[in-house]
Amino acid sequence: MSAEAGQQHPLGIYYKIWTLLFFLSACSYAVDYFEVQGAMRWTLVLLFMALKAGFIVSIFMHAVWERMALVFTILGPPMVLLLLIAFMTIEGNYTSGTRYSYMGHDPNAEALSPDDLHGEEHGGVEEEH
Amino acid sequence: MSETAVNEARPHSGVSGLVDDWAADKQTYHVPWGKAMMWIFLVSDTFIFTCFLTGYLNVRLTTTQPWPAQSEIFALSFGGDPIPLILIAIMTFILITSSGTMALAVNMGYRKDKKKTFWFIVATAALGASFVGMQAFEWTKLIVDEGVRPWGNPFGAPQFGSVFFMITGFHGLHVSAGVIYLLWVAFRVKRGYYDDKGYEIVEIAGLYWHFVDLVWVFIFAFFYLL
Repeated sequence: MSAEAGQQHPLGIYYKIWTLLFFLSACSYAVDYFEVQGAMRWTLVLLFMALKAGFIVSIFMHAVWERMALVFTILGPPMVLLLLIAFMTIEGNYTSGTRYSYMGHDPNAEALSPDDLHGEEHGGVEEEH
Repeated sequence: MSETAVNEARPHSGVSGLVDDWAADKQTYHVPWGKAMMWIFLVSDTFIFTCFLTGYLNVRLTTTQPWPAQSEIFALSFGGDPIPLILIAIMTFILITSSGTMALAVNMGYRKDKKKTFWFIVATAALGASFVGMQAFEWTKLIVDEGVRPWGNPFGAPQFGSVFFMITGFHGLHVSAGVIYLLWVAFRVKRGYYDDKGYEIVEIAGLYWHFVDLVWVFIFAFFYLL
């Protein structure tokens, strides 16, 4: 279809995808800004991420217009990485489980924020002690 | 080139085309060799970044100390209350803008519009450079003001620092290399170097640039948002 003339496509599709990528990024940021937590946060963040990655690869990198031989070469090998991710998740959960069980750490401990550390701007954490 | 003869002999697309391309003793990829090589490099780079991100996944799952709250650490105040994660959001938008200008540069290249191609690539490189600048600002803020080190930080899990410096550092290195690569291509376009050779090189450079943006999509989601 396009191997000789190169990847030449109407400009309109690029503008549409560009706008869509902006919109999806804004959605991702909104998830954090409105402090959506838990399963909903994971679902939304991963959904917007997958859509953005898909549009970049398929339209901006022209994968939809390439021949299947090249597309499979690009997308096939990285699929084994899903296996690596699955294995490392299982292994990681097991390791953390044994560490909490035998090393006496608190699984519900909360991290400090910059405000806790330099609290003087916000009412002074030091004075309250 | 012999490629034209090969191109004529490939009537099928889709699955039968896939079988056709891989069957028999002939050229498999009907693209310029530079483009096939760039794709293969990008696949290998995908493996490197995924290994980093999987290492991060494992370290984050197994650490017994609480993971620092990224939303507050990367907040920035413009006079008023700090806005959560705003610096990273701006960096994301800059990179997406640069991806768009790069896509336009590729398109203008195939139209043989040298002037527009040159300026769109330069704009892409400028946006990339500003991204690296903001990253330098972010690193300085974390190292100097917050005392984050690869081996520890005042917020929580010490692994936060090593993951942060390794992943964003490696990505920043890619962006910096991309800026140099793009400027090199831009000036060659301006000098008319590709008038006879063809403008595939702009698309190949574009592939690299979009990949850098693609990696950032994953870093933004996994490291900053989740």
